[in-house]
Amino acid sequence: MSQVNTEVSIAGVTLKNPVTVASGTFGSGQEFSAFVDLNRLGAVTTKGVAVEPWAGNPTPRVAETPSGMLNAIGLQNPGIDTFLKRDVPFLRKFDTKIIVNVCGHSEDEYVECVRRLADADVDLLEINISCPNVKAGGITFGTVPEVAQRITRRCREAARQPVIMKLSPNVTSIAEMAKAVEAGGADGISLINTLTGMKINVRTRTFALANKTGGLSGPAIHPVAVRMVYEAAHAVKIPIIGMGGIATAEDALEMILAGATCVSVGTANFRDPAASVRVADGIREYLEQTHTADIKDLIGAVK
Amino acid sequence: MALQTRVKITKTADLGEGIFELVFSCPVMAESARPGQFVNVYCDDASRMLPRPISICELPGDGQIRLVYRVVGAGTKELAGKHPGDGITVLGPLGNGYPFEGKRAVLLGGGVGIPPLLELEKQIGIPAAAFLGYRSDKTFLLDDFRKYGAVYVSSDDGSIGVKGTVITALERAVSDGFSLEGAVLYACGPGPMLKGVKAFTENNGLTAYISLEERMACGIGACLGCVCKTMEVNGHSGVKNARVCKDGPVFDAREVDLS
Repeated sequence: MSQVNTEVSIAGVTLKNPVTVASGTFGSGQEFSAFVDLNRLGAVTTKGVAVEPWAGNPTPRVAETPSGMLNAIGLQNPGIDTFLKRDVPFLRKFDTKIIVNVCGHSEDEYVECVRRLADADVDLLEINISCPNVKAGGITFGTVPEVAQRITRRCREAARQPVIMKLSPNVTSIAEMAKAVEAGGADGISLINTLTGMKINVRTRTFALANKTGGLSGPAIHPVAVRMVYEAAHAVKIPIIGMGGIATAEDALEMILAGATCVSVGTANFRDPAASVRVADGIREYLEQTHTADIKDLIGAVK
Repeated sequence: MALQTRVKITKTADLGEGIFELVFSCPVMAESARPGQFVNVYCDDASRMLPRPISICELPGDGQIRLVYRVVGAGTKELAGKHPGDGITVLGPLGNGYPFEGKRAVLLGGGVGIPPLLELEKQIGIPAAAFLGYRSDKTFLLDDFRKYGAVYVSSDDGSIGVKGTVITALERAVSDGFSLEGAVLYACGPGPMLKGVKAFTENNGLTAYISLEERMACGIGACLGCVCKTMEVNGHSGVKNARVCKDGPVFDAREVDLS
């Protein structure tokens, strides 16, 4: 086997391979650890956490759609205290980096949560300004460039770890949003969050989700995500975590060639709990088969 | 320990009225499976991303797992088109299953909630009665249940047994002398039926273990898609929510808020 280098660096943090999981699809790794060796992931990205526990939305919260799904979980989470006490020590037992997804109802709540994480043994913060399923916060911060820039700056000032801003695809210009958070001091960006969608059950004449709308994810959105990663990569210099419908190594490599430094596997985890590790293995095989010495040579290689 | 694996189907059957049976062989899964647990069944068509959670109806021995399910959409339709010898991808066993309390077990099953009670009745070991509710006289699994104990049938349209729900049949039986003394209720069925079971047990000072159904994604407790409301703050979630797939699907009726 030839020696290939799969290491990538995000804001000075080295990941052993360019694969993590998309926030919200993997909990804090505990449940998935029965099916996946977490040591084989570049990083684990945790489900969004807020200062206080959030109960989330009524059910049904999920619905299947062609090559994808809608979800409206509403960022249910146990709050930062439980997260720090239970989830961080669990993940630290593994040789993988920890990316903590942070959410809030207000700018102050984001900042407070970032501050609470300052002394935590975690590697990167991913600020979720793009959840389509909560009434206050989330996406409302991720669709107006000036607001996104301000919240980025405030998180950046409060944070000890590098700050990655997670962007919404539900905008006219992803390049403009990427530039705004870069100007606010973001150390990286991740995209895309889910696309807002709706499904109606014609038999019962009701919405498939109690929340009426939900976030569309899965292979159905992959081409949209590749396009947006490409546009963002050409707009900013900071590294990009690419996500949106990645189910195979080929999907991941597309995203990397479009300009992502690393990728997240999300909805595919629900079909195959080991999907993330399979993607990481497939990337290595591709490098070996194509005699590509270093994954970094592929980042943004398709202009 | 749950695992995801490709298994071989050993038997299929059409039980009528959209209810199908599928038996597959997986000794390691069958060995650890308990009544009330479920398995995730995955579609071969990759455009259907999410698993179909299906309760375990019976563990017939020889490493076999028997599923009985209703065809409700394209995914279960794909499953119903399978034949013995075909492969399917499954993950399980999942969820907690019914607890055994060493007391007389009274089983209450409505519609496609009936199947998981069969293995429970086989294993629970104490003479029990099963109250089974159907839409009409198009019944299924009746003969299986009759092998293990008394069966009381009800139907929505009254074409067989008592007209009404399993609660109607239970109340009728009690008024005819059926004793609930020292009994524990085990139920699975549609939401309105479980609400009825919860109210019945609260009114009569009984314990009931009810199996809830909810739209699921991962099935292993990570995505928080399938929660139910709980009366108290749940230890894992930190809020008044529990995961149906992981903390359940079986709950003490007193612990859940079905309102």
